[in-house]
Amino acid sequence: MTRLLFEKTGKAVWISHLDLMRLFQRAFQRAGLPLTHTHGFNPRPSVSIALPMSVGVESGCELLDFALDGAAVPCEEIRDRLNAALVSGVRILRVYEDGQKLKNLAWLDCCLTLEYDHGVPPEAAGRLRALFSRPSLPVQKKSKNGVTEQDIIPLLKRVELEQAEENTLTLLARVRCQNPALNPMQLLAAVDRYQPELSPDFCRCRRVEVYDENGNVFR
Amino acid sequence: MTDRKQRLLPAVQKPARYTGGEWGEVQKNKDEIHIRVAFCFPDTYEIGMSNLGMRILYGVMNNQPDVWCERVFAPWGDMEAALRREALPLWALESQDPVKDFDMIAFTIGYEMAYSNVLNMLDLAGVPLHASERTGLKNIVFAGGVCTFNPEPLADFVDFFSLGEGEESTVEILDVYRRAKAEDWTKEWFLREVAKVPGVYVPSLYTPVYEPDGRLKEIIRVEGAPEIVTKRIVENLDEAYFPTKMLVPSTEIVHDRANLELFRGCIRGCRFCQAGFSCRPVRRKSPEVLYRQATELLEHSGNNEITLSSLSTSDYKDLRELTDALIPYCEAHKFSMSVPSLRADNFSRELMERVQAVRKSGLTFAPEAGTQRLRDVINKNLQEEEILSTCAIAFAGGWSHVKLYFMLGLPTETDEDVLGIAELVYKIIQLWKENGVNRKRGLSIRLATAYFVPKPHTPFQWEQQITPQEYLRRCKLLKEHLYSKCVEYDYHSPDLSRLEAVFARGDRRLGPVIEEAVRSGARLDGWDEYFRYDLWQEAFAKCGVDPNFYTVRGYGEEELLPWDMMDVGVSKAFLLRERRRAYESRVTPDCRHGCAGCGANCLLKEAGCDD
Repeated sequence: MTRLLFEKTGKAVWISHLDLMRLFQRAFQRAGLPLTHTHGFNPRPSVSIALPMSVGVESGCELLDFALDGAAVPCEEIRDRLNAALVSGVRILRVYEDGQKLKNLAWLDCCLTLEYDHGVPPEAAGRLRALFSRPSLPVQKKSKNGVTEQDIIPLLKRVELEQAEENTLTLLARVRCQNPALNPMQLLAAVDRYQPELSPDFCRCRRVEVYDENGNVFR
Repeated sequence: MTDRKQRLLPAVQKPARYTGGEWGEVQKNKDEIHIRVAFCFPDTYEIGMSNLGMRILYGVMNNQPDVWCERVFAPWGDMEAALRREALPLWALESQDPVKDFDMIAFTIGYEMAYSNVLNMLDLAGVPLHASERTGLKNIVFAGGVCTFNPEPLADFVDFFSLGEGEESTVEILDVYRRAKAEDWTKEWFLREVAKVPGVYVPSLYTPVYEPDGRLKEIIRVEGAPEIVTKRIVENLDEAYFPTKMLVPSTEIVHDRANLELFRGCIRGCRFCQAGFSCRPVRRKSPEVLYRQATELLEHSGNNEITLSSLSTSDYKDLRELTDALIPYCEAHKFSMSVPSLRADNFSRELMERVQAVRKSGLTFAPEAGTQRLRDVINKNLQEEEILSTCAIAFAGGWSHVKLYFMLGLPTETDEDVLGIAELVYKIIQLWKENGVNRKRGLSIRLATAYFVPKPHTPFQWEQQITPQEYLRRCKLLKEHLYSKCVEYDYHSPDLSRLEAVFARGDRRLGPVIEEAVRSGARLDGWDEYFRYDLWQEAFAKCGVDPNFYTVRGYGEEELLPWDMMDVGVSKAFLLRERRRAYESRVTPDCRHGCAGCGANCLLKEAGCDD
């Protein structure tokens, strides 16, 4: 098993998780790097992405596990050949011969960019800091079984707010990403629910880095 | 800050359809471009990107260094609503620039029920719908595709039509436009000049005159406009451009695999089939070229599946040679190969097992008619024994699902023919009882009937369409005679096929109807979730056009037909001869068992037909 770290930016953020798997399978093929296949009735090339991501989210820390068929290829060569076969916006940063067990993946740093077309409302950073300091913050969560309430505070390690420009506010947060996971966009849902006057006109989301339970970078 | 277009994307389904950026997409530097073409497909991305013709012409146009051809698809309803709400114009994928900024706007139209999408896309782009309202060289709208063999319903909206295969004519059209732009011609001058390109039809150079009873009386031509427009073909497909460096969508499309075209045209001559006549003469690619193209397609695209496509793949002369070479290649690379459109002959059965393209689920037949008599009328050369023997072998080999396709409302059809369908189904069930190996899983037969639509340039182009009420009566009759629980019978509502019949044989008086329907919200008519028959009915009523004139009336053999000016190679005398033979239940052998003299060979200058 080999692992690679890639980023997903630009137009590529609109590619869904399933489509991205297919895109990687074809990129491996184009790069002349044949993948092993699953042993099923309908064999599929074996690639898996650690944390499926919502459409529209940007990332600089995606992990993909794969297994090559045939002779070993040096990691740098895999990276370069894949990058030459990938669409713009999907770029391999590094290839690792091995990796930690995925079950140890625990935390995710993410950055929400809140865009206010008519300027950031006064005191917004402070008011949002206060909001995320509450002891509990239930937000509606849509799942297969319908809508449930999810308290986001236990799944949130820290929140930092910074006004970068006149019209944007950045919210940096460390959220749990497995067992259970918190979708970073739930932070926006909390704003919409409890501070609707601070709801931005648009919000972008970027995954920044992943960590294990102890806060060490996960690879 | 995120721009307004990007902000729409999180709220729409499958946003990757609107962003471009796929593998193999053509990007160019705008400063070096003289002609920008927005190539529009009047349906969604998933359908349009599955269309081989569009891929070919995208490559042909982009091979011109000073031309940049970009793609545009019809947005899904959610995106359309967002565009209208935000007052954003429709854009092209590659540059993300508005379509209204382009020099030329091209459409490829393969389905009559996409006409509403053509108008709706122009409207979303902010381009005036009527050709007469677009006065300059900017936004010249042209169209090709099988529907343009009768282009008249779209004559008000499209500046010119390009008939037939576009590999060569599109380049010639771009040459005329290049000159026009460099020399600052008027639009009228450009249209006069482009009309001289063989295969180009400029509707504004012609004026139809109607009889008091509504029939077409004559067509008045502007001096110098061609009397007949003959479709274009590519004679040597081995040398023709074929896009082996294919564009690979980043989101799933309908035919999400490499597509290799084996040959064009069809030797069969099924009398209802428009493609069978209008795509003649038969021209094939050599197996050597096909093998090379197949390997290039798979290597450049990274696809792991390839389809061998044509109108009737079993009729490709070198199928054995090609598959003998391709199957080992595909096996070595773990690629899969699918071979649709096979006939029920021995070699095809053998091939099916070798490529395993047909998983144990799918066995599809299109007998089209329930009795041998009616199959002879339509010249569908498929014998009941062929269906039954193939089913018997397939059942014994573990297959348990059969799909059967028929048409109702074919010329001379009686209740006996309708019940013949039920009898054939019964015989297949009996065969299953005798041969089926996996009895526990049970047999499943999916039966579908379509409402026959008479098409231009076929021997049935003069026929009456039966009324929707009569179609439904025949459906119910059939349903009452299907007793087994293993048969699932779907018949679609006749509304869509009735409209298809109107537009297939329509004339210019339908232009206002299409416009009215689109103004009141008609679009994406091919999709059940959007099709609104009521809007069309209201549009007909408002414009004073009777759909029955084009459907149940039928056309007289002496009558001037709206598409008589379009020559697809097959002569009217031949079509009439075939019509007579149909009424005598006489089959016409396929081209390889004797030339029936259709006339399409006259389109060839160097090679012989089907060489």
